[in-house]
Amino acid sequence: MSINHTISVLVSNEVGVLSRIVDLFSGRGYNIESLTVAPSIDNIYSRVTIVTKGDDGTIEQICKQLNRLIPVIKVADLSLDEAIEYEIGLLKVSINDENRAEFMNIIAQSGAKIMDVNDKIYTVKIDGKEKEVQTLAELLRPFGIKEFVRSGKVAITKSGQFSTFKNKKEETDKINI
Amino acid sequence: MNKAMYSGASILLKALGEEGVDIVFGYPGGVVLPLYDELYLQDKIKHYLVRHEQAALHAAEGYARASGRVGVAIVTSGPGACNAITGLANAYYDGTPMVLITGQVNSALIGGDAFQEADIVGITRSCCKHNYLVKDVKDLARIVKEAFYIAQTGKKGPVVIDIPVDVFTSKYTFNYPKNVELVGYNPNYKGHPLQVQRALKTLFEAKRPIIISGGGVVASNASVELKEIALRLQIPVVHTLMGTGTFPDNLELSLGMMGMHGKYCANLAVANSDVIFAIGTRFSDRITGCLKKFAQDAQVIHIDIDPCSISKNVKAQIPIVGDIKNVLNMMIKELDKQNHKINLEQKEKWFKEIDEWKTKVAIPRKTSSKLSAITVLEKIYDYTKDDEPIVTTEVGQHQMWCAQNFKFNKPRKLITSGGLGTMGFGFPAAMGAYVAQNTLHNNNKYVLNIAGDGSIQMNIQELMSAVDYKFKVINCIINNGYLGMVRQWQEKIYNKHYSQTKISSPDYVKLAQSYGALGLRVEKEDEIIPTLKQAIDFDGPSMIDFVCENFEMVYPWVLAGQPIDKVLLSREEE
Repeated sequence: MSINHTISVLVSNEVGVLSRIVDLFSGRGYNIESLTVAPSIDNIYSRVTIVTKGDDGTIEQICKQLNRLIPVIKVADLSLDEAIEYEIGLLKVSINDENRAEFMNIIAQSGAKIMDVNDKIYTVKIDGKEKEVQTLAELLRPFGIKEFVRSGKVAITKSGQFSTFKNKKEETDKINI
Repeated sequence: MNKAMYSGASILLKALGEEGVDIVFGYPGGVVLPLYDELYLQDKIKHYLVRHEQAALHAAEGYARASGRVGVAIVTSGPGACNAITGLANAYYDGTPMVLITGQVNSALIGGDAFQEADIVGITRSCCKHNYLVKDVKDLARIVKEAFYIAQTGKKGPVVIDIPVDVFTSKYTFNYPKNVELVGYNPNYKGHPLQVQRALKTLFEAKRPIIISGGGVVASNASVELKEIALRLQIPVVHTLMGTGTFPDNLELSLGMMGMHGKYCANLAVANSDVIFAIGTRFSDRITGCLKKFAQDAQVIHIDIDPCSISKNVKAQIPIVGDIKNVLNMMIKELDKQNHKINLEQKEKWFKEIDEWKTKVAIPRKTSSKLSAITVLEKIYDYTKDDEPIVTTEVGQHQMWCAQNFKFNKPRKLITSGGLGTMGFGFPAAMGAYVAQNTLHNNNKYVLNIAGDGSIQMNIQELMSAVDYKFKVINCIINNGYLGMVRQWQEKIYNKHYSQTKISSPDYVKLAQSYGALGLRVEKEDEIIPTLKQAIDFDGPSMIDFVCENFEMVYPWVLAGQPIDKVLLSREEE
């Protein structure tokens, strides 16, 4: 069954590593639903979080193919584990005197935050699960959304198992069992 | 510590020396001038000049595959490096350890669309195992060390080092690192002991087992272990095209090549097996046919160094990630320990079935009085078999006829483009193979390149290089006036619309002569041996134009997308 998987990839922070990952996805016909990249706690590593779609076989291949890249240190399919997943949405909405009250009500209930007000343009921030971001966008759609920017997903497991450093050798051993 | 300063070009050559490289194939150009100047000033590394960069890569691959060492090629930036791409992709597909050095424009000019600039790291990303752009001469020695390490470990493959001209001229000390530190690269060699035991248990219990031996067995130098396992467990062996020679063709248990043009008995045995022991094969579509109908009753045990090859196409119930030689040795040790008695009765019915399938073979049928390509290859094989020459092929009908009609009892004797299927591969690869046997074993035995009239014209310019260096390569051109394999598909599937497949040839005799090579032509069966003998006796490259029947077909043939036991054996059988 083709469902969304969140793949967390720890890589050496070197030139071209993101192109290697992106080329792998396009070259082998895998989808990228979203992508987030930033340096990890040490600047020598970066964490890439990719949301992708595919059946179990495809996801297994994606993880194996990612592992095959030399600068890739660790790959984990976070969907296999209990993970905390987050993304951020920024929305610009135009608000007038008639709809302000309703708008403020939605903002209060959704847990979003008004970041900026500028000539009837309100900029709102929401963070949370993908669904929460999507819901707010749907609720605000009737007001007329001027711009909608969302980050890709970042995710971390609840247990210490995947988040800690783990090299590829152990990863391949796991495949053996 | 060594405080002397060296240029990047000199550091590169010293590093190659540290890696034991004494042969490179290449073609000079603007930005690699400093490197070629260094080459000129030394005599440890011998450089072979080709006539096209693609051929440099194929020659390096022929060298690597004949010797098991790393093949090295040097080309210039832009067009030189772009010409090398096909050779790189070919080596990547077939898992050949190689290092390609490409020149790059001055690092200050990169990205500015300089003359002969191409983003080679970008272009080669998907057709090599790894690549580097050297930005600082300080990194050069480390990068060379890493490149050679990556090329010849894990699933072997080509690595590209792109070096800007200013890095060649900058100076730095030379300290070659002893070790590599790559946190993200730790190939697993060992193989899981529990999986090994499970595999053995499954093989003991199997009633209809089969071994598929692939190119990984060559890469891991594991033919001896494969033979021991197969003989001790009494399991019949089929091989893929890339696995040719890994299991001696002259043994009773050998069923020959499987796949699209594999033997009837080999395909039937795989299709009807209950346990497939796949060793170093990636289950390409050329051996599985229709995946859904592939060996539906079989449990699959799969050894491969590359986890990606396992369960990619055919799901493995018992995957073993590891080096084949290591894993097979683990199995042999386990066999010694368990002292298991092989129950032959359990497989009696299976061997009987296989014997019946063995009687069904392709029925070639000639349609004219011209030479049959199959006869030509049978006779060439028969005459040369005692010499056990290295045989290379181009890609097409002749490649399959060669694989079907030559028997190989040792690995590294058939060098062919398996995965990428590159026409124009065979001739330069034969040159590289000749260099390998000549320089490493002081053996000036001839190398046979089995070619087609289409393929040979793709790298025919290498005749000049071969003449210059007196490479004893015998090009046997199966000249049937068509791009035969494509024509064969057109005959069968496209209503005999021979769209752009009729191909003309130059007068190969005169052509060879004009290059200074020996050119010969054969039109009758009784001329085959004397002509071949003439070529063998000639001290240099030769070309034999075998004028063959136009419409001969390669059988057995499993049509693309069909299950592998749906084997056509002749034109009539439809």
